[in-house]
Amino acid sequence: MYDEMYRTEGEARDHYGALAQWLRSMPPALVEEKRREADLLFHRVGITFAVYGDDEGAERLIPFDTIPRIIPQAEWAELERGLKQRVTALNRFLHDIYHGQDILRAGVIPAEHVLTHDAYQVAMVGVDLPNQVYCHISGVDIVRNDDGEYYVLEDNLRTPSGVSYMLENRRMMMRLFPELFEHYNVRPVEHYPQLLLQALQASGPRGVRDPVVVVLTPGQYNSAYFEHAFLAQQMGVELVESADLFVKEAQIYMHTTSGHQRVDVIYRRIDDAYLDPLAFKPDSTLGVPGLLAAYRAGNVSICNAIGTGVADDKSTYPYVPDMIRFYLGEEPILRNVPTWQLRKPDDLAYALDHLPELVVKEVQGSGGYGMLIGPAATRGQIDEFRTRIRDNPANYIAQPTLALSTCPTFVKNGIAPRHLDLRPFVLCGKETKLVPGGLTRVALTEGSLVVNSSQGGGTKDTWVIG
Amino acid sequence: MLSRVGDQIFWMSRFMERAENLARILGVTSNVVLCSSPETQEQNLLAPLTITASTKAFFKTHEAVSLPTLIDFMALDESNPSSIYTCIKSARDNAHAVRWQITSEMWETLNATWIDLGAFKRANVTGPEATRFFDWVKERSHLFRGVTYGTIMRGEAFNFSRLGTFLERADDTARILDVKYHILLPRVEDVGGALDYYQWAALLKSVSSFETYRTIYRDQVRPINVAELLILDRRMPRSLAACLEQIVAALDRVEGQNDHPAKRLAAELQARLVHGDIDEIFRDGLHEYLTTFLEDIGELGYRIQRAYLGAL
Repeated sequence: MYDEMYRTEGEARDHYGALAQWLRSMPPALVEEKRREADLLFHRVGITFAVYGDDEGAERLIPFDTIPRIIPQAEWAELERGLKQRVTALNRFLHDIYHGQDILRAGVIPAEHVLTHDAYQVAMVGVDLPNQVYCHISGVDIVRNDDGEYYVLEDNLRTPSGVSYMLENRRMMMRLFPELFEHYNVRPVEHYPQLLLQALQASGPRGVRDPVVVVLTPGQYNSAYFEHAFLAQQMGVELVESADLFVKEAQIYMHTTSGHQRVDVIYRRIDDAYLDPLAFKPDSTLGVPGLLAAYRAGNVSICNAIGTGVADDKSTYPYVPDMIRFYLGEEPILRNVPTWQLRKPDDLAYALDHLPELVVKEVQGSGGYGMLIGPAATRGQIDEFRTRIRDNPANYIAQPTLALSTCPTFVKNGIAPRHLDLRPFVLCGKETKLVPGGLTRVALTEGSLVVNSSQGGGTKDTWVIG
Repeated sequence: MLSRVGDQIFWMSRFMERAENLARILGVTSNVVLCSSPETQEQNLLAPLTITASTKAFFKTHEAVSLPTLIDFMALDESNPSSIYTCIKSARDNAHAVRWQITSEMWETLNATWIDLGAFKRANVTGPEATRFFDWVKERSHLFRGVTYGTIMRGEAFNFSRLGTFLERADDTARILDVKYHILLPRVEDVGGALDYYQWAALLKSVSSFETYRTIYRDQVRPINVAELLILDRRMPRSLAACLEQIVAALDRVEGQNDHPAKRLAAELQARLVHGDIDEIFRDGLHEYLTTFLEDIGELGYRIQRAYLGAL
């Protein structure tokens, strides 16, 4: 087991030294008081997750852990290079499969896998996007295994969320523990909204000088509504719902109190299928009729682009290292987790023989749902999964169970190690940029490997120090 | 500003103002009913239903009207779209949707009001303790208006909030005056009697104008003076003239495509009030005057929505 803070029992790694000492010197009562203060502040600011619909107007908080996760600059520099490389290749891949399809013709990825994929959008074939960027915002999930190495677990290229927690967690830490920031030179993340706005503006339709950017939200009942509103406010742009937008002569406009205003860039937090009832789900009330036609005509930019889902699917994931080699002629800097694709008979046979040691995931699953963690599963659960896999092998992949690294975390009875992951956010406009850090998610249940907030995960502030 | 956001801010303020006026009407009705004769009692109980155009809805679920059933229906019934409960809920829901465009104090005020309203509903305040509830509603409305005035930037959000408040108030004052006058009219020969004094004083109190009336007229409560005060006196903040003054001022500060029809009508209505003459109004008939005014104010609301707020 790799612990982020301690090399061995009681011996902190160099970059955690000052923090470990500070932790030992903190009286438990003071710690408790600070935790309560953090809770209160989060509630007051309204940093809540999910579920409006509570009649009393109360909303849930994602648990915030006050012990930060620290990444030394040298490690971060490597991660940053790897992330930029990976997202660049993924953007090249998306452009390719909607244009010349070189990678399919070269046989690097089976053509039928891409072209028959649910998320492959025929409507995007031949559409030229500004800067040839499809993924303007990518949230790449990274874990550290017990070998001490980082592995990419998943590329989230549709509408990755969580960045508001990254920003609010930092604000909270600086407010609660200013003295810690004297010991550490923590690199700032606060300029993320600025970088995001720049990336979105740089993605505007050709010939538009000062593009008008909006954030498109499904509305206040969406679980990530706080984040949508937060980002719109931080960027100083309108937060729109579909009814605020309309299409006239293949241009997008919004209804404002002073008349119609043209919209050039839509940072959408709505899935592809709901964007345009004329093109996709006809019963979608979240979309804008005619949006796709305006988009295809190049009159509006949609971020992320339509049709990116084919690249972040778990069944495409095993090919990402080959994409990097194919498009960039480089060796991947970040590792992939070895993956058995159960649509392949050999892989299927191996996986069925080794279910108790493997993690099995649905190729399109997310949020920690629909997965089997072999070592933690009962015999009954394993048998049930075996049946489901046999019924539809192509719907699953299998991976070795990683021993995710741990970090000391406040729990009921004091401080204990808990497993965590890291989601940095990569921005692509004219250039590819990211702020140093990301969202660290932590599984609060002892031994649990599932960090998703929908499954009771919490978050930590993430410090890149240099 | 997005039309939808403008619309939600407009209705947030409008519903809170409506809740306040309902509390005023019900508070005064509770007092009046205690000291009215059997034949006027029913009229007085029916008045709040007439004012809110909910008589039909009430008798769908009730056989006869009594003070507790009236209060239950008008104050706490969540199935009644005109109840105080529904108005505060609507105000809070609209605020929730635009909480990033209003100040956090505004949002917190309405959210706290909504949370506390639940306690009143659970306590089912239809007896004597209802007075405390009505006072509370008025206070929360005062607080919300004050917080709005004291915290929000003077921009579109402020302007649409003001439009919502004063359109609603003009509408409410006109309705209160019309319905009460209707009840009191047959007894106009009794002006000066003890009962009438109560009735007229109640009308004035429902719009916080009793003391003002005393100061201005130093006279017994006479219908024509009451009407003049509540229609034409722009110093009286709940009068039609004062409301139109605020509406015109707010409209002056907003710009929209095709907003000429709204601005023109508002200016016309204001001019009619500024140059209005109470004797003339009475000669032509107060009820007719108020009916026309209510139609005009309805049309003005419609034109404002069409000009700025995305209504088709």
